[in-house]
Amino acid sequence: MRQPHRSAPLASVGVSDRISTADVEHVARLARLALTPEEIERTTAQLADMLEHFADIDELALDDVVPMTQAFPLTNVLRDDVVQPGLDHDEVLAAAPDAVDGRFRVPPIVGLDR
Amino acid sequence: MESEEAPSSARAAIGLAADVRAGRLRALAVLEQHLAAIELREPEIHAFNTLLADEARAAAMDVDAAVAAGRDPGPLAGVPVALKDNMCTRGIPTTCSSRILDGWRPPYDATVVERLHAAGAVVVGKTNLDEFAMGSSTENSAFGPTRNPLDTSRVPGGSSGGSAAAVAAGFAAVGLGSDTGGSIRQPASLCGVVGVKPTYGRVSRYGLIAFASSLDQIGPFTRTVADAALVTEVIGGHDPADSTSIPQPAPELTATLGDGVEGLRVGRITDLPAGADPDVLERVDAAFAALVDAGATVVDVQVPAFTYGLTAYYLIAPAEASSNLARYDGVRYGLRVPAGDTNTMYMETRAAGFGDEVKRRIMLGTYALSAGYYDAYYGKALKVRRLIAGDFARAYELADVLVTPTSPTVAFPLGAKTENPLAMYLCDTYTIPSNLSGDPAMTVPFGTGADGLPVGVQVLAPALGEAVMFRTAQTLEDAVRAYDGDR
Repeated sequence: MRQPHRSAPLASVGVSDRISTADVEHVARLARLALTPEEIERTTAQLADMLEHFADIDELALDDVVPMTQAFPLTNVLRDDVVQPGLDHDEVLAAAPDAVDGRFRVPPIVGLDR
Repeated sequence: MESEEAPSSARAAIGLAADVRAGRLRALAVLEQHLAAIELREPEIHAFNTLLADEARAAAMDVDAAVAAGRDPGPLAGVPVALKDNMCTRGIPTTCSSRILDGWRPPYDATVVERLHAAGAVVVGKTNLDEFAMGSSTENSAFGPTRNPLDTSRVPGGSSGGSAAAVAAGFAAVGLGSDTGGSIRQPASLCGVVGVKPTYGRVSRYGLIAFASSLDQIGPFTRTVADAALVTEVIGGHDPADSTSIPQPAPELTATLGDGVEGLRVGRITDLPAGADPDVLERVDAAFAALVDAGATVVDVQVPAFTYGLTAYYLIAPAEASSNLARYDGVRYGLRVPAGDTNTMYMETRAAGFGDEVKRRIMLGTYALSAGYYDAYYGKALKVRRLIAGDFARAYELADVLVTPTSPTVAFPLGAKTENPLAMYLCDTYTIPSNLSGDPAMTVPFGTGADGLPVGVQVLAPALGEAVMFRTAQTLEDAVRAYDGDR
């Protein structure tokens, strides 16, 4: 699989770098989205516009700033280890597109030799 | 002023609940008046994805039976509530206004739904939203747009536009929405109602379908500040089922609502990003004047990183969304496009099930998180988030609350921003920073701007500072009432 940007040295990656259709095709595969060629073109242009706008943060000095991942830090949130009722098995499976023998059924994952 | 003669669909929740609890008014009668309002105007407004008239009638009769038996149904007895359709309701379709959840009926109720039921509220329906809460106009819905009840050529705002419109149109006395970057406050402002985003973690998100987990928060739409305080008390407080829930009881808000703003320091952000229309800024100036009249002091503060909120948000929220929305793959619920292998099934299901804006944000978020770009985008955005939180903390050393516009403009026409995603994103300029910092913020209607459309003024407070925020909002609401009374 072609992954053109993975070889880019980190130091050279700025927020203002232009995004290419090849980037967008790669990202669509990562995101498991089947996009049409027209959607790829349109998405490339729209993401480029956005990323250009988002380059405003390049002017900030951020080297010594600690990333903020949560607004109200709580750690090790655990409940007592007591058995509690879960969701109803049949009710959950009834909502699935396909289910058999108490399990979700999906098309083949392995053995396709592709 | 309210009276016994006013149709119940025009009355505030507190008065309705008091009358129902005292046996002066039947919950079923309250409901029927709201259903009549819905029948009259819902075809042009489209606030609801699913109307629950029969379920609501049964719930209202339960409330009436409790009152007849001498039991208290609770603080929201018989109050009709409209729920944003991204909150799970057991056995009732919950769509997020997306085709990808087609046919799904959740196997459980969201915690807020349980708490509303326990308080005697009556859920009348599930309201329209921008798909997966991504948007600022409720035009990104798979089921078509919602229209602003005050001018049906205009949007109600978004993403919780259906709940905002339902309250503004008298379809329900209370609406619940979710606010990730302004999705409660902006539509409340555009529809002329009160809207609250509580502190991150105040209200349980168990059963709220996730958009951006570090930002999402549930809150109320109401026609009065006092109603919003009551609903926040009812739905707030710790929930063991949500690991991000703050381990504290719900804040006490109604008891101190009338305490006023005497001696309060109200911050004016001098380096607020430009972009608000003059008619909006004029109302914000009037709000500062009203607070000074009520005894508050205005202080100038700086929040330099406020300007960078939009960028930080539109990298962080799509990144989290791209991860949260990975679960819609055609396996466990909703839509499946059949295919010969799982990978093709995932790709075709997601292509068919998601709308354009959701795809755009998944793409943006996946890109921002992808190898080689993580540090340049997502990592930087998290650092900017820290700067914004720090700037707010410094501002709150000087001020008890801050006051800003909620939305840069009054309600805009349908279609005005649909071709330009970035223009739509700019709607959230003034609301986004509170989501990034996790602090509470609310909007209160404060008169009208261009074309006689409502303008909301935003009151921001430090984390867990809901009480002082509500007092300030109540003072503004009182000032508007006095002004309206003078006319």
